[in-house]
Amino acid sequence: MRIAVCVKNVPEGPSRIDPSTKRLDRSGEGALNHFDANAVEEALRLKGDSDTEVVAVSLGPQKALDSLRKALAMGADRAVLVSDDGAAGSDLVATSRLLAAALEREEADLVLFGQQASDADGAVLWAAVAERLGRPVVSQAMELGVDGGSVRVKRQTEFGYDTLEAPLPAVVAVSDAINEPRYPSLKGIMGAKKKPQDVLSLADLGVDAGEAGEAGSRTTVLALGDPPTRGDARKIEDDGNAAQAIVDFLAEKRLV
Amino acid sequence: MSRPSNFPPPFSTADYVAEPTDPADERIEVGVLIVGAGPAGLACAIRLGQLLEEHPDVAERLGDVPVAVLEKGKQPGSHLLSGAVVDPRALRRLFGNRLRMEDLPSFGLVPGESVYVLTRRAALPIPPPPPMRNHGNWIFSLSQLGRFLAERAEEGGAMILPETAAQRLLVSHGRVVGVRTGDKGRGREGGELGNFEAGSDLVAKVTVLAEGTQGHLTGVALDRFGLRGDDPQVWELGVKEVWKVAKPLDRVIHTMGWPLRPGKRYREFGGSFIYPMGEDMVTIGLVVGLDYRDASLSVHDLLQELKTHPKIRRILAGGERLQWGAKTIPSGGFHALPRRLHAPGLLLCGDGAGMVNIPRLKGVHYAIESGRLAAEAAFRALQRGETPASALSSYDDAVRDSFIWRDLHEVRNMRQVFGHGFFVGGALASAMTASKGRVELGKLPAEPDADQPLLVTDRDASYPAPDGQLTFDKLSSVFASGNKTRDDQPNHIRIERRVPREVAELWAHMCPAQVYEVGAEEGDGTVMVDVAPSNCVQCGAITAKGGRLTPPEGGSGPEYTLT
Amino acid sequence: MATLVFLEHHGNELQKGSLGVLAKAASLGDGDVGAVIAGEGVKALAAEAGKFGAAKVWICEDAEVAQPLPQPRVDVLAQLVEEGGYDTVLFANSVLAADVAAGLAARLEAGLNWDLVDVELRDGEPVGKRPALQDSVYADVGWSGSPRLALFRAGSFDATPAGGGAPEIADVSTSYAEYSTAVKLVAQDAEESSGPSIEDADVIVAGGRGLGSPDNFTLAEELAKALGGAVGATRAVVDAGWYPYSAQIGQTGKTVTPKLYVALGISGAIQHKVGMQSSGTIVAINKDANAPIFEFSDLGVVGDVHEIVPKLTELIRQRRG
Repeated sequence: MRIAVCVKNVPEGPSRIDPSTKRLDRSGEGALNHFDANAVEEALRLKGDSDTEVVAVSLGPQKALDSLRKALAMGADRAVLVSDDGAAGSDLVATSRLLAAALEREEADLVLFGQQASDADGAVLWAAVAERLGRPVVSQAMELGVDGGSVRVKRQTEFGYDTLEAPLPAVVAVSDAINEPRYPSLKGIMGAKKKPQDVLSLADLGVDAGEAGEAGSRTTVLALGDPPTRGDARKIEDDGNAAQAIVDFLAEKRLV
Repeated sequence: MSRPSNFPPPFSTADYVAEPTDPADERIEVGVLIVGAGPAGLACAIRLGQLLEEHPDVAERLGDVPVAVLEKGKQPGSHLLSGAVVDPRALRRLFGNRLRMEDLPSFGLVPGESVYVLTRRAALPIPPPPPMRNHGNWIFSLSQLGRFLAERAEEGGAMILPETAAQRLLVSHGRVVGVRTGDKGRGREGGELGNFEAGSDLVAKVTVLAEGTQGHLTGVALDRFGLRGDDPQVWELGVKEVWKVAKPLDRVIHTMGWPLRPGKRYREFGGSFIYPMGEDMVTIGLVVGLDYRDASLSVHDLLQELKTHPKIRRILAGGERLQWGAKTIPSGGFHALPRRLHAPGLLLCGDGAGMVNIPRLKGVHYAIESGRLAAEAAFRALQRGETPASALSSYDDAVRDSFIWRDLHEVRNMRQVFGHGFFVGGALASAMTASKGRVELGKLPAEPDADQPLLVTDRDASYPAPDGQLTFDKLSSVFASGNKTRDDQPNHIRIERRVPREVAELWAHMCPAQVYEVGAEEGDGTVMVDVAPSNCVQCGAITAKGGRLTPPEGGSGPEYTLT
Repeated sequence: MATLVFLEHHGNELQKGSLGVLAKAASLGDGDVGAVIAGEGVKALAAEAGKFGAAKVWICEDAEVAQPLPQPRVDVLAQLVEEGGYDTVLFANSVLAADVAAGLAARLEAGLNWDLVDVELRDGEPVGKRPALQDSVYADVGWSGSPRLALFRAGSFDATPAGGGAPEIADVSTSYAEYSTAVKLVAQDAEESSGPSIEDADVIVAGGRGLGSPDNFTLAEELAKALGGAVGATRAVVDAGWYPYSAQIGQTGKTVTPKLYVALGISGAIQHKVGMQSSGTIVAINKDANAPIFEFSDLGVVGDVHEIVPKLTELIRQRRG
């Protein structure tokens, strides 16, 4: 079996938006998005000692290889990075297109995503990728098992727990409740460099420049501003009636 | 009055020295193991890369990983903090004609400089005393330089292993054979969590300790091999901030005097530095000797107070604090250097070995030079295929012949004279400089910082209340260091938990990261000390003043980028 | 604009979040707003949608949409966009809606802006407001091309009836892609009523060192129970062993965004703040008038938690009957 895990390299430390491009300043050091570490961990658990292949796939600048190496250090077998200047500034439409193209080449039985990207806080990528791949998708997986040709998932929704089944090949997004990602061992870290790491350009994927980056995107960032102030903050001293004052305040806001 | 040294921490060197315990085929073998991805360790790795490229036959004998560098921080640079105004001579020697100074990520040459003696409201300019003249030196962020050097080291073939702490020194048959790395995934009580990963035995032909100030295994090695020098080592604590500023600063500034007190009984030795970092950033720091006696002295809060001085307020006006950090600097100088810098299988470099010139406030270039010399000595030993029992002694010879030794010898008593207070000390120091160290004062007495008897004043009444714009409290400063240490891990700090109140107060004020707090009273004049280890930015002050810092789980601590 | 709103239901009720989005769309006053409800027996809910501003309600009761799964709904919406000529499709965030919106974006090659908290018309074009970087920055976002998809943060808009009349009701049916119907719901377990988890709770009552002792955590627990919320803790009290790490809120604990956050005896150091600053309403009770938490709370009460909280809990209990 082959399992592909989509991972993202996200900026470490305090994030800043570059005012000139209005995009996230990715020039600092990067790290493996910690939600994707759950996905890598789940893939490795499914792999166990079998000869299932785990491939880590990412889209980003060259230094995204750092995150891919972390996935390799954890135990993934191979890494694929789609890296091309023309891909910078891709929104969901463009990103899902590029990732889907890379995943098509892999012909994975199972494609895993993490819960969200800590930089863009988006919890949407997997559904778009699954649509492009023409595969069933299940999200918010907190338990995952593969049996014969299908995957069984327990997920948490706002209303409780659902158990779902889908035939492979399928796309599954895991929640951070699914596991505790392992620390890469020293041997794993040292062995990561030797594992295959491919870097693909748009041309390698057969994707036209007009379909990637800003040109291939359908959303724009127009301006950046400050958040609205929290409104009138009130501060009172307890004169014996604070409890009632709080209840009145909550009632006013229709919170009780 | 109490002395912190009367309440020693529960720490034993023997706990940190061991034979390898992993089965032989599970030990990880490397050629040369360097502990610490700072300027010393990376210079060593870079120089080794150069030598191994010229001598592939030697490289072959070192196996798959000829050079490995362990770094306990998140990445190289995460735990690096300095001023820094760097003397370029060591960088030039390291890179030769491969790179010029312009190719390094600096903030340019020192554009000009001033020295002031401060009072509460005034700043009296004095001509820069000779040790403080910085013409021809370059301004760097050491954290940035560290990242740059790490990339060069990797290009040269070194393998850098971040988030990896070196916990134990591996010694076999009297020889250092490597280190054992720290465990990951233990809970607060020491139990194994779901993702527990045990450390590994990393064995090497030569181990270079370049751990920086208060190096954990360096301290262990100095004891294990009887390497401590004539004088006990002493330290200064530096706390600094990096600011975005509205107006560019056009010079390097050093100050003395306020807010430190000149009287002999206080023993407050130190000063501040303010360096431009390009057009739109400035770094400001305060350095104070840890031989101070007032239990209510807090270097962090004195830095906040310093910023309220009218001259300094003007420099920071309209600006925004970007980062904060703290670190100790070894200040014992020449007489506190280890009696030998090597042992079988082992070499000691940089700040860990105490190679800092306090009057010039410089140590980065000594670190780099010592790393380079260590690489050459290690290479010579490996080339000759010698069992490095005494083969590494050429390192000591090389260091003694270098500018490291010459410089440190010249200023050998400078620091000690300031124990006599600022005015007397200043006069003596000037006399020494003018004579290039030939004024012979004999060897002046030196005591460990923790031996200083404590006194208690109401110093803390004058610390400014943090306003969140110019002045800041400790917790928000810890946040500004990038510290996101995992909470649920064992406490890495060793202190006696039940001490007289003034000792607890000393630690609570001393620690810039608010790790220690005065806890419950025990009724017999002692109090409990509450510890919040995840605040720790690993500055090392506690080790100087009566406790002992050990490395927490790899990846913990600050994530400096601009310090 | 020709706007379509995706309405969600659970059991016999339309979800408030999506009704809020519907009400907002109607209030923009730019053309008639349509709504779509998919599932078994949902026709009965159509009239309700009208009250919140839908001029036309599309009903899909195909067997394929009986289960609350996203992909068949992509097929339905894609058909509606084409047939109904909609150029804007709006969603209120939920586990289901996010997957539908993203799948639809890929299906139609349409721009999707998510995590929006507001939208306004500028020169006839919609502009979304999107918080970023832990809500420290707000971005104005737009779309190029058509249709435009928008996913709003849960609870962005109040579901206030717009006073609309009876809507036009139409059935919609479509053919489904094979992969759309491949997922099967095998079992469903309703949430056990042991109280919500911190991550999902609408109300969180958190305790800090100001509570004084571990025993006093019952104050927080009782108040949380009365409010139907979850209990949180600061790093300091978790460090001291008063409460488990799973309840820790903050930089090195959990990040939460409840509608109501009540902070008891919490100073508000930044390490804690970054874990809860995006809460809808923040009420803080602390003895220290200078505690930093008062700088970012909506209602700050300087007082003793031991005196105030029991009274508060009792009043809440009475009020909620």
